Parts: sequence; C-alpha cells; structure tokens
Amino acid sequence: MTWTGLALSTAMAVAAGLVGCFAVMRRMALASDAMSHVALPGIGLALAFHLHPVLGALVALLLGAVLIWGLERQTRISIETVIGVVFSVALALGSMLATGDELIDALLGAPSSVAGWEVALGLLGSAAVVAFVLTQRDRLVIALVSADMARTSGIAVARLELLYLLAFAFTVALGLRYLGVLLMGSLVIIPAATAKHLARSLDGMFAIAVGVAVTATVAGEYLAASLQRPTGPVIIVIAAAIFFASLVSRSRG
Amino acid sequence: MANALEVKALSVRFGNLEVLRDLTFSVPEGSALAVIGPNGAGKTVLFKALIGSLPHQGTVRWKQGTRIGYVPQKLDIERDLPITGRDMLHAKAAISGAARAEAARALDLVNLSEGVARQPIGTFSGGQFQRLLLAFALLGRPTALLFDEPTAGVDEPGEERLYEMIRRVQEAERLTVLLISHELSVVYRYATNVLCLSRERPCFGVPEEILTPERIEQVYGAPLKYHRHA
Repeated sequence: MTWTGLALSTAMAVAAGLVGCFAVMRRMALASDAMSHVALPGIGLALAFHLHPVLGALVALLLGAVLIWGLERQTRISIETVIGVVFSVALALGSMLATGDELIDALLGAPSSVAGWEVALGLLGSAAVVAFVLTQRDRLVIALVSADMARTSGIAVARLELLYLLAFAFTVALGLRYLGVLLMGSLVIIPAATAKHLARSLDGMFAIAVGVAVTATVAGEYLAASLQRPTGPVIIVIAAAIFFASLVSRSRG
Repeated sequence: MANALEVKALSVRFGNLEVLRDLTFSVPEGSALAVIGPNGAGKTVLFKALIGSLPHQGTVRWKQGTRIGYVPQKLDIERDLPITGRDMLHAKAAISGAARAEAARALDLVNLSEGVARQPIGTFSGGQFQRLLLAFALLGRPTALLFDEPTAGVDEPGEERLYEMIRRVQEAERLTVLLISHELSVVYRYATNVLCLSRERPCFGVPEEILTPERIEQVYGAPLKYHRHA
C-alpha cells in the first residue's frame, strides 16, 4: 500500500471512530448500519451515467441524510424506523441498478488506484468531519442527554441534528472504497461500541474508538491484500475481534 | 415587581386531544410558582411549551434577557454512557461562555463533590443525578429555573434536602423558579403562587387560596392528605 493510501484510510478511520461515538450513544447503531446502504442506488446511477461511483454515493448519502432528518421531524416516528425503511428500499433499488462485479465491489469494497482529486476529497472530507465532531462535542453531548436541556442552553437542536447526519453520511462516503456499502456502517459502529464499553469518560471514548478504527482499517488492508480477499470483510472481522476481546476483558476486570 | 414570565391564552393540542386550554398566568421576578395537578393534566407539556420545545397557541413571553435553566423530570438515556458529570458541566460551561471555575461553584452550590462529578453519570444515585442536573441548569447564570418534579426518584430525607437546596440557591441567586410538584406540603411552604391544572378549569393564586381541601379534591378528583405548615 502506498503512503497516500495509508494516509487516506487512516484519515477515514479517524473520522469514522469519532462520528460513531455519537451514533452509538444516540442508540443509532442499527440505523447507522442501514444508512450506508443508501449509497448503492447512487453508485448504480453514477455507473449508468459513466460518472465516478464515489460522487454518486456521496450525493445519495447526503440526500439520504436530509431525507431522514426531514421525515423524522415531520412524522415524529423514531429515527430507527425511518432509516430502517428508507435504506432497505435503497439497497433493493441499488441492487437493481448495479450488477455483476460492479455490484460486488460496491457492496464489499475494492480499493483501487486513487486519483488526485480523490485523495484531496478524502483528506479534506475527513478533516472536516473530525473538526465538526471536536468543535461541536459540547453541543452534541448536551443534545444527547436531553434535547430540552440543549434547547434551554441555547443550542439549535434541529440544525445540530442535520449537521451530525450530514457528517455521518460524509464519513460513510469516504470509507466506501475500503468497506463497501454493506460494511462501512460497521466501521462507524463497532469501534465506537467497543469504546463505549471500555471508556469511563468522553475523551476516553474518543481515543479508544479512533484507535480501534485505525487499527482495524490499516491491519485489514494489509491482511486483505496478502490474503487476496475483499478489504471490507477483513477490516470488519478485525474490528469485531477487538470488540469481543473488549467484552471478555471487561467482564474479567 | 416586573414579571419574569407572562402567559396568555396558552393552548397545546396533540391532534384532536387538547392538553392545555386557554391558560393565562404570570410569574413575578424572583418568585416561585408551583404547578400542581393529577397525572396527565399537562404539567410537563406546559413546561415544554414554556421552553419552546412544543408547538402551541397563545403567547409565552419571557422577560427580555431571560436565561432559562431547565431540570427535566427523567431522562431517556442509557445507564452505561461514558459521560461523566464533569463532561456535562464542562460542555455547558463551554457553550454558555462560563469559566470552568463556575462548574466548581455550581457543584458547590448543590453539594456535589468533585469526586462524584468525575464518575460516569450512570453510576450516580437518583439524588446525585438530580443535583448534577441542577448544577447543570445553574451554570451560565440563569435568571429562571424550571424544575419538573425535582424529587422524583429521591428518598424522603433527600427530598427535603433537595427542596432546601433549591430554596437556598433561589435566594442566593435571586432566581425566578417554576416547579412541578406533587408534594403539597412543600408547595405550601415554598411557593409564592400555585397554578393547578386539571381536566376541569385551571386555577391560579396564592397557596392559601388554592390549597384548600375542597379545591384539592376538585383538582385531583379525591381528597389528598398533606401536612399544612402554619
């Protein structure tokens, strides 16, 4: 793997670890996983129109984030339900649009050579997501504990929710080339779930989530290359192994 | 005395259900308003309308420059969140532009030790958590405090201490307090005015007028025992 590739995947993993902390604490674990599926119709359409799949995925994910935000506010049904319905449909539609090897690559991830603009988008995008989580952590924490307490503290809760969902969608788009539509949600969730289990403070949670995400991604890429397997499943198996090890160590401790 | 809050013809509907209808009352600055009423009478809904988190009709007018500290009744959060008391207080201090030293002062006001505040919030007892929420509400120099049943989940001696603390903080900081409570003896002692919500028409006045056995029976639909302090 090149240094550029390593920098890109590390930056993506850092963003995924941080964004995941709030997804897990907000009980969005399953929903987040499903949310990554909305990228598939975008990839399918991009391929059909001879555009870069990452662009199609990014547009679809950002639209998806706005859609669930709007639906949740309009209908007052839980965000889990909204995401579960919308994004399962997206997976079905996307599977109809993309076929064959393209579909397998889109679903499971296939790192290939990266263009200059992709490197720039990946690094800048990751930096933007990391900056968002770190600068907004106070608002995110208060809104997580109680939306009413957040409101009376002067936080624009609805806008914060939208920005968070967009940051989440952006993070998923950044990781698609490594993990694919099916598994990117897991890289956001599993490291954060491990961190939630082990940490005793917010800073601790951030550090552990980032550590697990970066370790799983970098180790997974090397291992997948040497085993000649798709990268996504290998990365997730490593992340899950760390998660289960954390369960054992905590229950013994 | 100027009013901290003026409410006129406030109504809240959920679909066809009218939870609050045509409520009008005011809260003078520095006074304590107790809101009483049976379950389902709309006490929490009233508070949510007052802080602007529920759509409503009518007017809710806080005095200009009012900063609200809100202590909710219960929180729908998991017990195992890796968020400490300090994480919460520092977050509030940061967004309200308060110095971190103010977090220590707020902890002091509510008698919560630094050691406890350093623990994850899931390990707090009911009383400790209520005091943390009170400290959180006090950060950023609020001018009005809203308490939704501050002693829910707190044992009886703890309850007494918590009300004493609210009283102490109110006097020290000259705050306007709005409080939902089922403890009528507490209401009798602490409240400047009482607003009673019931399925019948609401009533508003000083405790001596509102907390009569006849009125209580009317509001709650049954006689209620409470200890009336002279």
